[in-house]
Amino acid sequence: MGVKLNALLKSPWVFHLSTGSCNNCDIEVLDCLTPRFDIERFGMLLAGSVRHADVLLVTGSANRKSMERVKKLYEQVPKPCLVVAIGECALSRGMFINSYNCPVPVDKIIPVDVYVPGCPPRPEAIIAAITKLIGKVKKGAEKS
Amino acid sequence: MTVLFLFVALGFVATAVIGLLACGLDRKVTARVQYRVGPPLWQPFIDMAKLLGKENLIPAGASQITFFAAPLVGLAAVTLVSTILWLNSIHPARGFGGDLIVALYLLSIPSISLMMGGFASGNPYASLGASREMKAILSYELPFVLAIIVPVIKSGYAIRLGTITRFQLQQGLTAGNLSGLLAFIVAVLCVQAKLGLVPFDVAEAEAEINSGPLIEYSGASLAVYRLMKSMLFFVLPFFLIMLFLGGAHSGGWPRCALKYIGLVALITVIRNTNPRLRIDQTVKFFWGPVTLTAAIAVLLALAGV
Repeated sequence: MGVKLNALLKSPWVFHLSTGSCNNCDIEVLDCLTPRFDIERFGMLLAGSVRHADVLLVTGSANRKSMERVKKLYEQVPKPCLVVAIGECALSRGMFINSYNCPVPVDKIIPVDVYVPGCPPRPEAIIAAITKLIGKVKKGAEKS
Repeated sequence: MTVLFLFVALGFVATAVIGLLACGLDRKVTARVQYRVGPPLWQPFIDMAKLLGKENLIPAGASQITFFAAPLVGLAAVTLVSTILWLNSIHPARGFGGDLIVALYLLSIPSISLMMGGFASGNPYASLGASREMKAILSYELPFVLAIIVPVIKSGYAIRLGTITRFQLQQGLTAGNLSGLLAFIVAVLCVQAKLGLVPFDVAEAEAEINSGPLIEYSGASLAVYRLMKSMLFFVLPFFLIMLFLGGAHSGGWPRCALKYIGLVALITVIRNTNPRLRIDQTVKFFWGPVTLTAAIAVLLALAGV
């Protein structure tokens, strides 16, 4: 595994992208930054600008309006980047599955690396997902 | 040869390493203040390595040359200042007349490079941040210069850093008497603003205008900006130590290192115990009480107190 990838996994800056969620998952994401969970000990920071981000945290069921924005934001992240879908809505549209306004789940719009189920997922679940993601990327790098 | 050694080894590498470590210390102390564990001390080095490996994006509306040149201009200016400071603390006799003024000029270039980069990136948030940075410079530069006049007056109108530090070796520290102490307090506040830290981080307010001038920067350019900021975190406190606390000569390098760590701790504590000021409050604060204090300090210094 190269220095580049190692450094990326030790300082993943996250960008929080809400595609029209009910704000519950967003609050759980913010909980991860509080002293109780403190994800900064893994080097993670909440980036204000998408250009500084390494990981996109997508919450909410992407609707017809936000679909294009999600695509645009994904294109604006400097590569290499990873995508985490957080919450039932982002995974499978949740209760909006029959809605006229939510044609596809998030992973049909942009490639998703890890899924965190829950409505909303607990902060522990989000942190566990990130550690699994790091493990997955490491395994993938060893294979190639 | 020696000049090259000073410029590369001390001016760039040593300054960058100390500055990044100081940034790590700052993040660790911040975390401890907030009852968190915080990142490891070497986290800024990892961030730097990561940013260098990332893609460097150019926004469509940006003017490319200025966009890429701006961070390098800032980095070059900081490297030059730190070379002057190192030269004066290792060979005090080898400094040139007026290097204090050169250092003062060069120390305002990092802020100007931030403004250049902000305006060149063509983002409204970046322009807003850059214009705030400009107002911030206008506000803190006057008291900063006034505060620095005090050690100049104290050391018999010397404008050589080496002379000022050697004078303190004989006559005691500048911060040891009333006028020097007032000027030192003013200078610490101005350094806080120059470093762009809370309570004077309006230009970069990350929760409000998404890190202002840096919003469009990514990859290596962002790494250069962060390196510039980290180096300033060493250069500015070191500059104050030379002017007010006797530099490396009185008490030797271990005492100087302790003074530096103390100053960094003071800056971190100020940043962790204050809320962010708005830009108009920042200007009022610097042009009101701070400039007044600095003017009183200059008058006291002229009266010999």
